[in-house]
Amino acid sequence: MTPASDDGRALGDRLRSRDLSAAAPVLNMLESRSPEARAQTAALLHAVSPASVGGEAPGHVVGVTGPPGVGKSSLLSHLVEGWRGRGRSVAVLAVDPSSRRSGGALLGDRARIDVDPADRAVFVRSMAAGNRLGGLAPSTRAAASALAAAFDVVVIETVGVGQSETEVADVADTVAVVVQPGSGDVLQFLKAGIMEIPDVLVVTKADLGRVATRALSDLRSALRALGAQDTAVVAVSSVSPPAGIDDLIDALDAHRQSLDLPARRLRARRMHALADFSAEHGERGLRALGGRRAAEKWLAEQDPGLDVPALEEALGERTAQRG
Amino acid sequence: MDPMSDTPLPRLSERDRPWLMRTYAGHSDAKRSNELYRRNLEKGQTGLSVAFDLPTQTGYDPDHELANGEVGKVGVSIAHVGDMRTLLDGIPLDQMNTSMTINATAAWLLALYVVVAEEQGVPQDRLQGTTQNDILKEYLSRGTYAFPPGPSMRLIADTIAYTVTQVPKWNPINICSYHLQEAGATPVQEIAFTMSNAIAVLDAVRERVPEELMEDVFGRISFFVNAGVRFVEEHAKLRAMAQLWDELGRERYGVQDDKKRRFRYGVQVNSLGLTEVQPENNVYRIALEALAVTLGRGTRARAVQLPAWNEALGLPRPWDQQWSLRLQQILAYETDLLEYPDIFEGSKVMDALVTELLSAAKEEMTHVAELGGAVDGVDYMKGALVESQRERFSRIEAGEQTVVGINRFTSSEPSPLTADGDAGILVVDSRVEAEQREAVSRWRSERDQAGVDAALKELARVARSDEENVMPATITAARAGATTGEWAQTLREVFGEYRAPTGVGEAAALPSEEVAELREEVERVSDALGRRLKFLVGKPGLDGHSNGAEQIAVRARDAGMDVVYEGIRLTPSQIATSAAQEGVHIIGLSILSGSHRELIPTVLKALRDAGIEDVPVVVGGIIPEADAAWLREAGVASVYTPKDWDLNRMMRDIIELVAARHGIAAPA
Repeated sequence: MTPASDDGRALGDRLRSRDLSAAAPVLNMLESRSPEARAQTAALLHAVSPASVGGEAPGHVVGVTGPPGVGKSSLLSHLVEGWRGRGRSVAVLAVDPSSRRSGGALLGDRARIDVDPADRAVFVRSMAAGNRLGGLAPSTRAAASALAAAFDVVVIETVGVGQSETEVADVADTVAVVVQPGSGDVLQFLKAGIMEIPDVLVVTKADLGRVATRALSDLRSALRALGAQDTAVVAVSSVSPPAGIDDLIDALDAHRQSLDLPARRLRARRMHALADFSAEHGERGLRALGGRRAAEKWLAEQDPGLDVPALEEALGERTAQRG
Repeated sequence: MDPMSDTPLPRLSERDRPWLMRTYAGHSDAKRSNELYRRNLEKGQTGLSVAFDLPTQTGYDPDHELANGEVGKVGVSIAHVGDMRTLLDGIPLDQMNTSMTINATAAWLLALYVVVAEEQGVPQDRLQGTTQNDILKEYLSRGTYAFPPGPSMRLIADTIAYTVTQVPKWNPINICSYHLQEAGATPVQEIAFTMSNAIAVLDAVRERVPEELMEDVFGRISFFVNAGVRFVEEHAKLRAMAQLWDELGRERYGVQDDKKRRFRYGVQVNSLGLTEVQPENNVYRIALEALAVTLGRGTRARAVQLPAWNEALGLPRPWDQQWSLRLQQILAYETDLLEYPDIFEGSKVMDALVTELLSAAKEEMTHVAELGGAVDGVDYMKGALVESQRERFSRIEAGEQTVVGINRFTSSEPSPLTADGDAGILVVDSRVEAEQREAVSRWRSERDQAGVDAALKELARVARSDEENVMPATITAARAGATTGEWAQTLREVFGEYRAPTGVGEAAALPSEEVAELREEVERVSDALGRRLKFLVGKPGLDGHSNGAEQIAVRARDAGMDVVYEGIRLTPSQIATSAAQEGVHIIGLSILSGSHRELIPTVLKALRDAGIEDVPVVVGGIIPEADAAWLREAGVASVYTPKDWDLNRMMRDIIELVAARHGIAAPA
């Protein structure tokens, strides 16, 4: 490793100046566990924090999640194409659900997202979900907030219904849940309140005709019953010619427009700090803070200007005080 | 029966006619392959078996980017009706029985064949032969698919519906168990997945033909099987398949005519078990495997093609193929095999073996049916095959399964057969690709373009219609002079493209002490690297034989690495982009089509262009020693061939290469 080029602050600066080629070394650094790398990571995150950027990072962080087999990869291929058509750069963080057996993981999802390999404005990285069931990879939060400084769109793709949406909702500006017609799970989860209401609901396989129309109206009425008529429901089809992609991009944009971005990002940074803290200190660390809820409450009272490394440090200090 | 007693007569009143004898052959261009076919027919071969190159099989013209390095390699390049004309020149098609190993583009190659026959004055109802035309096994094992499952099944159904009435002596599909065994299938899986596949095909055809034709349809379905060296069980497997097929015909499809329920199959015996070490031993393996498909008269193969003894070393020469043809001729004409009725009839052992296989296979078929049938079950079946192959590898590694020359009886005298190094294999003239590129562009410039445009437009309309059969429009396009790539591209635009599942995600972890040691070493090196050792396994080019790459990926995962495996058919720039964006520490490339000399340097260049200078690249494939040396010189860190069967050793190499590249010291 050459310290000069992989220096955390220098990489952060490159992201801020929208140098997309910094993405790969940034991810290499964020995934590193050595103490040296962690110090560099803190410098990097500081360099892309609102204080350094002079406001929230401009990229739109979009969570795309849903059960396996609903056609997320085909959808993403078309979405990337659509965003590129509008001149936006796109980074995709594909969080692979394959749990780490034996410590290793098989990652292959990126191949299913069909992009032009010569297009330097598209970046795809696969990440193993690690030991956390259905959740994010350890470095996903940091990666999303860093890449949002350089890319117009940062997609976090996760698999599953239930737990993983909550995690992705902590980090994404906009969460799109993808379902296919005829699968009642999401509808049930929504009605039962097991699942948080997504910002955008995507129904794939719109080419199925009546089944798809039926699914759309079921979801819409469920959302109305829950008082969430603002949630957009978009039907898409990946069968050529693809349909609904532009509508979906518009719906994602509309959500972003209507959003109190600083508030959402602030919450994301606080949740990020807490996630990193609990990954490092475990349940014991959380107990030392008086439990997760108390920690969240305490974080909500902190200076909104603090970046993630500073928040983590503050959590550490609080443990020391309380301990 | 002897009218005076209950014992059957030991001999047939008339010696049986031998099976069709073929050699899977074809290389370079149509002219060179035509010469080869004529020589083979002179030697007593009784049918043709056409091997197409990968661009033809996947629907690309010789001048397409993806065809780079593959033109004329594993078979003949056929880009248009002119090529087909040359290929069959001087071969009377009313007397020939031609098998074409063609799947995604089967409808197209059949159309070219029909048009050339027409030119010879042979009406299509007199044509005899087979198009392989089985797409599910392409998803599961062989990898030369082009379109998504739905439209692919429709193309199959259309060719069957067309031939049943228009080319009635043609076998429109050869449902393949062959490639499942190559992918690791156990006999039970081979039976169950093949029959499930047959059901999927028949059900798809049922939707596109009048019900009264189903009896004829059933009668035209044939199979292409494999036979491994455990020839007693392999024979039982075939008897089980015949019985199951008969049951299916009667019960599921109501086929009345006994003849139409007969299990008809051709065979190519096992290549998976052929070794690169002591390759002369393969001759015995091939002979024993041939017995599995010929011994019992009741389930004897209709057509046999045998691999050559040196397949694991490279492309066989005509002499090597002749040696295998002679084996068939000795079996059929010198031995007394064809003089008797079924010699296993009444054998308790054989019957019990068949019963055992049948009951396990039926259970497995029920499971596939519960998943929604073979099309929806592709993910499950692929995962199951990867798992079986993994088990097979580990049995060989542990010495539980003997492979002579590999894990037992390994000492050997130097072989005079391979003494002259790489002279023992066929090398395709590297000028072929350039010639073919030029030829196809000349063809395009000399034809009636308006006619081609109109034909392709009509093809697109029919493809979109969903109701109409694509065959007539395909034949019109063939006649008009459209190219293979144009036909496929027209359909790609209507049907879309597809990536098959890799099957690796579900493979279970391997509990073994040796792997545990590897894992420790991976942890140690990963700690020194700062993050987990990340390994990209890539398959550049059109070669779809992914079994090796899959096993490497799974083992590396078991050893604790993060493995990026993206499946087959990647362009060099896709591989380079993945390597750069994923931040991998090492890259492994697998090529079995023999196009390593063209493809590997292109990948190396793409990597340099992507700014990747310090990531070691290792290569695996059927790579002759001279080529291996050449590749090492070009910058490849190490080269693996079929003789490197010890996956753990390969993993150790990989870990060491990464450690060395990053200046990480060896463990204390």
